[in-house]
Amino acid sequence: MAATAKDTAFKAESRNLSPQEIARDLIGTAIITLLLLIPIVFYRTVMNQGTLLLQTRLPLVLGLTAAVVVGRLLLHLFVWQRAPEAGRASTASATRTDWRETVGKWIGPAMLVAAIFLPWIVQFIPGWERRGLGIAIYIMSYIMLAWGLNIVVGLAGLLDLGYVAFYAVGAYTYALLTTVYMPLWFGEGIVPWTFYIVLPLAGLLAALWGVILGFPVLRLRGDYLAIVTLAFGEIIRLVLINWFWFTKGPQGINVPKATFFGLPFADEPGSFSDFFGIPYNRLHFFFFLYYVILGLALLTYAMTNRLRRLPIGRAWEALREDEIACRALGINTTSTKLTAFAIGAMFGGFSGSFFAARQGFVSPESFVYIESALILAIVVLGGLGSQLGIVFAAILIMGSFELFRELGFLQAILPEGVEPIQFRMLCVGLGMVLMMRFRPRGLVTRRDPTVYLKEKKAVSADLVSQGHG
Amino acid sequence: MTAAWSHDPELKVQHLTMRFGGLTAIGDLSFDAGRKQITALIGPNGAGKTTVFNCITGFYKPTEGLIVHRHPGGQEFLLERMDDFRITRHSKVARTFQNIRLFGGMTVLENLMVAQHNVLMAASNWTVGGLFGSPRYRHKEAEAIERCKHWLNKTGLIDRADDPAADLPYGAQRRLEIARAMCTEPRLLCLDEPAAGLNPRESDELNKLLLSIRDEENVAILLIEHDMSVVMGISDHIVVLDYGRKISDGTPAEIKADPAVIRAYLGVDDEQEAPAAVQADIAKSIAEPPPPPLTIAKNARKPVIAKKRPEPVKHKGGRK
Amino acid sequence: MSDILLRGTGVETFYGKIQALKGIDFEVRNGEIATLIGSNGAGKSTLMMTIFGSPRARSGKIEFDGHDITQLPTHDIARRGIAQSPEGRRIFPRMTVLENLQMGATVNKMAFFDEDVGQVYKLFPILEKRSMQRAGTLSGGEQQMLAIGRALMARPRLLLLDEPSLGLAPIIVKAIFEAIRELNASRGLSVFLVEQNAFHALRLAHRAYVMVNGRITMTGTGKELLAKPEVRAAYLEGGH
Repeated sequence: MAATAKDTAFKAESRNLSPQEIARDLIGTAIITLLLLIPIVFYRTVMNQGTLLLQTRLPLVLGLTAAVVVGRLLLHLFVWQRAPEAGRASTASATRTDWRETVGKWIGPAMLVAAIFLPWIVQFIPGWERRGLGIAIYIMSYIMLAWGLNIVVGLAGLLDLGYVAFYAVGAYTYALLTTVYMPLWFGEGIVPWTFYIVLPLAGLLAALWGVILGFPVLRLRGDYLAIVTLAFGEIIRLVLINWFWFTKGPQGINVPKATFFGLPFADEPGSFSDFFGIPYNRLHFFFFLYYVILGLALLTYAMTNRLRRLPIGRAWEALREDEIACRALGINTTSTKLTAFAIGAMFGGFSGSFFAARQGFVSPESFVYIESALILAIVVLGGLGSQLGIVFAAILIMGSFELFRELGFLQAILPEGVEPIQFRMLCVGLGMVLMMRFRPRGLVTRRDPTVYLKEKKAVSADLVSQGHG
Repeated sequence: MTAAWSHDPELKVQHLTMRFGGLTAIGDLSFDAGRKQITALIGPNGAGKTTVFNCITGFYKPTEGLIVHRHPGGQEFLLERMDDFRITRHSKVARTFQNIRLFGGMTVLENLMVAQHNVLMAASNWTVGGLFGSPRYRHKEAEAIERCKHWLNKTGLIDRADDPAADLPYGAQRRLEIARAMCTEPRLLCLDEPAAGLNPRESDELNKLLLSIRDEENVAILLIEHDMSVVMGISDHIVVLDYGRKISDGTPAEIKADPAVIRAYLGVDDEQEAPAAVQADIAKSIAEPPPPPLTIAKNARKPVIAKKRPEPVKHKGGRK
Repeated sequence: MSDILLRGTGVETFYGKIQALKGIDFEVRNGEIATLIGSNGAGKSTLMMTIFGSPRARSGKIEFDGHDITQLPTHDIARRGIAQSPEGRRIFPRMTVLENLQMGATVNKMAFFDEDVGQVYKLFPILEKRSMQRAGTLSGGEQQMLAIGRALMARPRLLLLDEPSLGLAPIIVKAIFEAIRELNASRGLSVFLVEQNAFHALRLAHRAYVMVNGRITMTGTGKELLAKPEVRAAYLEGGH
């Protein structure tokens, strides 16, 4: 018996590596992966009018290598670490937590810097100049949506399955105001500017809808709340489909794309490139979109962080922990829930309006239930209430979706008519099952206290309640 | 006969009746809780003590009766018609729960900050001022933290201030719940079994804390408790319930000697728990036949109608 | 028949990285009342739950009636004849009182249901009055009685009681301790008892343990511990 205890202790010890050891391990991983991938993936033969050509696919190789390294790093950080066994010198565990804390402290700023320079970085990856940016914008808008939903689900503990409704409200607010009402009220000249006017309006309108939804469901909890919000999301979509004269129904609405403070992105006089005297490049628009969504997402992040430290944010978290105790402390839980719904919805509205301005087209098709489910999945996978976790989860889920588009080469080994992209939901689902097995509380499970006297100690997730709806 | 607590009571409960379906949990209960006094509510399990608390703090709407909370300034609040959170906010009644309800995932300090929600909310101009970091809010927040520190010192939790509430041992959680209730700056503090699960030493510390709340903060305390070392040690006034009705009402000495209470609640005491003198007293009272009708007759008073209708709060009809 | 019913050796339990039990050795003999006293947070309830396999001991061994139960799932442990009235009561709030008692008796397939229900009702007459009421509507003390009653319905060989007196009126506390003594004397039921109410518990116990910070610091018969001044100072008397 003693032997087995020692055994497990040894195993646990062997996994508690120092940062240097982990770095060495990761470099080794990268080299092995590259060596394997170069013969297998790097070269590809294509038939071109009877000649066999050899193609190289460096980006794919680098991407896969990066994925393997990041995956292994995550395993090191989250899965392969064990609590030190009893009786073991506490210094060992202290150094281990120390470096984990250092990582925790620097990972946020590091990711922010990476996010700011990302559009330029992708320019160095041949073949990914535009696609990389597109994916970054796509992932960033989900990060923002998930940060918005996090207020409702993660902080206030209210399970909302119809978040996409607010996304739709934002998108249609932009579409209808830009194409119909603003020109009607203020003349066509307003159109290039509408994005900047409508963005706050869309947020406010979505917040109003948040309150409208909030009122009838306030007394519901848990499963019942989830069902009603789910229904609400579907109702909005059905209204958009059937209210034909107002929304043009399933045809959708073509919307002018966003402009750079009135300067359109086009190859024509008076455009952005013309004004600044630079040659027209389609990438300008993508750069612009990326920084807009980055700005919006950071606004969401900063505001949520600030709100958490204000009485209203503390009341949200207290509501998640124990509603009855909240009432006994004189907190009006009704208005507290409504503000959570409204502010969460507002950020949904912002990103909806950004979505319309990016796509140049809105239709009810974009606001189906699966979107709500995906956003919720990101929040849950990231760890309820954790903003950093949401970034990881969004990159993981939305990134893997995109990765499936790049797996065309697997076609060779798959039977006729089966495309890898069809498996993306299956694989993401499988991933989530595994995730919940090994990290049941999500990727990042620490809760940062909002106020402290001497020392800020993170609260471990098993103490934090998940809310009851 | 008027007792000391009825001259200028903090709380008047009059003809309180609470029925759940066919079950009468409280039947025509009237009692007063004195200003700056500790009033204990005792009785067998299921006698309706917690139900009385729930009526006073607005978690239940009583079927019949009047609950008047009288502030020293003459302002009166009719608690039976106020929403639970408004009772805490406007009438300044705070409570704790039998099965501790802390915000377990939040730190001790955060728990106390949440208790000051209403003050801070107003100071942050309903969040707008707080978002932009208004000096007034910062000042009020610092004040709030000072108040937290005051109560953390008083409850001996200052060293655990930054730990999650769920990590505290049981006794400390009980104290934290009291500290949290006190951070709402109540006039009347309702404690539901604060000594349950405490060992004798901890109960003794609790006694000191409650006495200091009464004497230094001038807060009236209403207490449900089964630990007789607490009840008899610190109460100024005890009300005994059985099957939702009052069977006795008086000072600890009177209650201890009341045969009806001994029969329904205390039981025949062990030699270790009560001094010999009391023992003999009880033995004697047990030996005597019970006085015929054990009703509330001797304590029954005419209904008193609140002279001034309170205006400060709007009320809505029965919740839930 | 082996004399020792329950024996733990070197039991260590962790919550995450925090070690709650630091190598506990204990035993409960057949037909014995054992008690565990100690301050709040010492790890008494953790030991009760560890015996039941939730949380599981990370190292050490727990034997019941000569069989190693350390790694058994909780329901198997219950089937071997251990019943518990856990901390926090854990009654089934949406079932009636009677249904709760039935749930307690499922372990022995309701073989002695009527007889046992009668006994529980005799011990706690208020439960009979409330037998058709949903358990969630009971007062706190009544729920405590129900939890104890439900554990008794299993006709266990070993009864684990975690603070049975919590939230109960003095008269009921006396009745419960009397009932424990009576069940032990007449049926030979073994009991392992955790109590804040150390005085009552020690007077009853054949064997007693004092726990401090996850370690057993003292053991002896109840009367021995009751006589020790350090025990009296720490757990029996208030004030300093």
